[in-house]
Amino acid sequence: MWPKITSQLDFTKKLMNRIKKNAATQVDLSQMFDVLVIGGGNAALCAAMTAREAGASVLLLEASPEEYRGGNSRHTRNLRYLHSEANAFLTGPYLEEEFFEDLMRVTEGETNEQLARFTIRESNNVGTWMQAHGGMFQPAMRGTLHLSRTNTFFLGGGKALMNSYYRTACKLGVSICYEADVQNLEITDGNFTEATVAMKGSTKQIRAKAVVIASGGFQANLNWLELEWGDVAKNFIVRGSPYDKGRMLRVLLDKGAKQIGDPRQCHAVAIDARAPKFDGGIVTRLDCVSFGIVVNKHGQRFYDEGEDFWPKRYAIWGRLVAMQPDQIGYSIIDAKSIDLFMPSVFPPIESDSLSELAAKLELNPVELQKTTTDFNQAIVAGSFDPAELDDCKTKGLIPPKSHWARPIDTPPYYGYPLRPGITFTYLGVAVNDKAQVVMEDDRLSTNIFAAGEIMSGNILGKGYMAGFGMTIGTVFGRTAGKEAAGYAKKSN
Amino acid sequence: MQKKAINEARRVLTICNACRYCEGFCAVFPAMELRRTFTDGDLKYLANLCHNCRDCYYACQYAPPHDFDLNFPKAMAELRLETYKEFAWPNFLSGLFRQNEFAVTLISILCLVVVAVLTFSLQGNEAVKGVYAGEKSFYNVIPYWAMVFPFVILASLAILSFWKSVSKFWQEINTKSRSLFGFGPNLNAVWDVLRLKYLDGGGHGCNFPDDRFSMMRRNLHHFVFYGVALCLASTTIAAIYDHVLHHAAPYPYLSWPVVIGTIGGIAILLGTAGLLVLKFQMDRIPTARQSFGMDVSFIVLLLLVNATGLLLLALRETSAMGTMLILHIGLVMALFITIPFGKFVHGVYRYIALVRNAQEHSEL
Repeated sequence: MWPKITSQLDFTKKLMNRIKKNAATQVDLSQMFDVLVIGGGNAALCAAMTAREAGASVLLLEASPEEYRGGNSRHTRNLRYLHSEANAFLTGPYLEEEFFEDLMRVTEGETNEQLARFTIRESNNVGTWMQAHGGMFQPAMRGTLHLSRTNTFFLGGGKALMNSYYRTACKLGVSICYEADVQNLEITDGNFTEATVAMKGSTKQIRAKAVVIASGGFQANLNWLELEWGDVAKNFIVRGSPYDKGRMLRVLLDKGAKQIGDPRQCHAVAIDARAPKFDGGIVTRLDCVSFGIVVNKHGQRFYDEGEDFWPKRYAIWGRLVAMQPDQIGYSIIDAKSIDLFMPSVFPPIESDSLSELAAKLELNPVELQKTTTDFNQAIVAGSFDPAELDDCKTKGLIPPKSHWARPIDTPPYYGYPLRPGITFTYLGVAVNDKAQVVMEDDRLSTNIFAAGEIMSGNILGKGYMAGFGMTIGTVFGRTAGKEAAGYAKKSN
Repeated sequence: MQKKAINEARRVLTICNACRYCEGFCAVFPAMELRRTFTDGDLKYLANLCHNCRDCYYACQYAPPHDFDLNFPKAMAELRLETYKEFAWPNFLSGLFRQNEFAVTLISILCLVVVAVLTFSLQGNEAVKGVYAGEKSFYNVIPYWAMVFPFVILASLAILSFWKSVSKFWQEINTKSRSLFGFGPNLNAVWDVLRLKYLDGGGHGCNFPDDRFSMMRRNLHHFVFYGVALCLASTTIAAIYDHVLHHAAPYPYLSWPVVIGTIGGIAILLGTAGLLVLKFQMDRIPTARQSFGMDVSFIVLLLLVNATGLLLLALRETSAMGTMLILHIGLVMALFITIPFGKFVHGVYRYIALVRNAQEHSEL
């Protein structure tokens, strides 16, 4: 035990040195790297570790400060993978056909079947690889049991997984720079030569034999969002990392990479309007929509709140709210429902009368009262069951509420303001099953590889499937790392 | 001060309860999930259930510098310290928890001085400097009654103090006034303590010294815990030898009390030394600033008690025995006096919180 303690002492010294930005860990950036990885989330780390294990010298450039490293992966919590039998963390098998059918259902066919099947097959037992690289799991969390067979949950969530991956990458000898903002890539004829990087106040040229681009989508780039959506985008909240500006995506598209996905498509959910502009993550979601009514700023309902369960509802409400005036909605419930959903991070706005609640929410009290009365009177009595698509519905009301319709009549009344919260965008670059970027003329780039959100639109062209972004990032990260290292070796 | 700690704990738990990513680490998060809102009693209970393993801090996407400034282990540690003050008995001594390291140091010095002055003045210089062998040799320096009665009184006071504190704490954290003595919950809690279950952070240990996982702290704590248990066993056997079998100390090196006590003493020495190193190495952001001195002073006192005990054993047949005995007895006295007003209380409150935890899960 004493040697252990002294090794701890040494380790801490090293750590302190690193914190003090001592020269000990400084990287020679003028060298020719085998593989340059741009990005610092799941896909980037999987690529960096794989390339390093294949013997390549690897430099990873993360745009964020160390505290915010990990991109949107910091906000994730599980990963979906193919497995033929149950294990300590998964309750049963999940095989290719079921996996593929699930994907077809959420994307409504907007997928490249060859790449989709590649992703699914390559994800086979990837949990073992993750554990070998420091990943730690836990059984499915309460409230997410519907994923306990298909998805493995990270102990402590995505940031904990990223911490483990960074530690493993360091141990393997991957060089890592934080606050390294890549601004441009030198690409001639589909061939990468060097990257322009802004770091600590100066600009550097970094050369590498191959590059893996795993720098995410453009969901945190408000100007770009506004370009696609117009003024509406001003009221969007970005749920994840503020560093996902899509600069590399822009550069690749400008330099001849083939575009994939609709730039106006994004995954957006209705979140608490009081959330911070960026990085509010999981806690800002609201699960109360189906238990009451949702009105717009004029106090009018605009969509069937009881249409379906969580997964579907979750994915459509962001867009629905985005289409309302001023991009705001208000979920109104009463005392009967307040305990039926996950607690909210911000307290509900509360009042003993609907008109007072309307005033607090800055809604027209007469309109809200009328909407509520119309709704209450249209309800056909049924037996309420939040766990089933029950028979509590409205009759003759437009829009209808198909399930869980109960009169809003028991004070106190509660209101939550809703805004569209963007999770990720679908726009990306086309790749093949070696993660090579495809150029506009369908030729392949020789040494540019892409992984993660920047190419996930190839496979998930539409919709959302829990834990599948992490699957794509892991599979394509590893593929890109392997292929990039292989290319670098060949070109020696 | 307490209001501030309560408010911060409530703010933090409200964020956590909307996230729940950390529920695999320890008992606090599953207990939190049984509630939507938190009474003051709930908060004090959860604060004492937290073992400060720090896993959640490094896993947290809302940890500083994020806007939410979520430092869960720190919020719990600060409230925990406030509960120690609130429930201290007699309460006018709760001030000892403020800058506890000064209190512990001062009391230790006072005890040493008092024991030394009394011994030298009542027994004389010769008696202290003498070389003795065989049974009852310790009593030549400090008489039997002086070794027994003060400690019986101090131990009784400590037990009374804990009983008062625990009763009040239990009343506050347990709204349905169930009994603290249910067999099942206590069995569960004992089992949690013996394994130090919640320093295992979902199977991988505490985060030390930074975001990596390590079983170091848990193992070192085991050394101290079981070391103390062995020392208690040794003292009990010795007491039986002395009072029942009329066979007084010192005992031969290969007798039960000496062998068990020596193993226990060495374990405590290793454990406390290791924990001290850890204390100074570990990241101090995810903990209460004020608790550092309290933790260190308790560990140091425990270490010194054991070091002097082992030295006394080694030097018991030399002229240094008297001095070592004075040092040892003085420090043991300081330990007994400060036990209800120092780091030791963490074990008491945590045990009660574990009983409550086992109880509420058995009621689901």
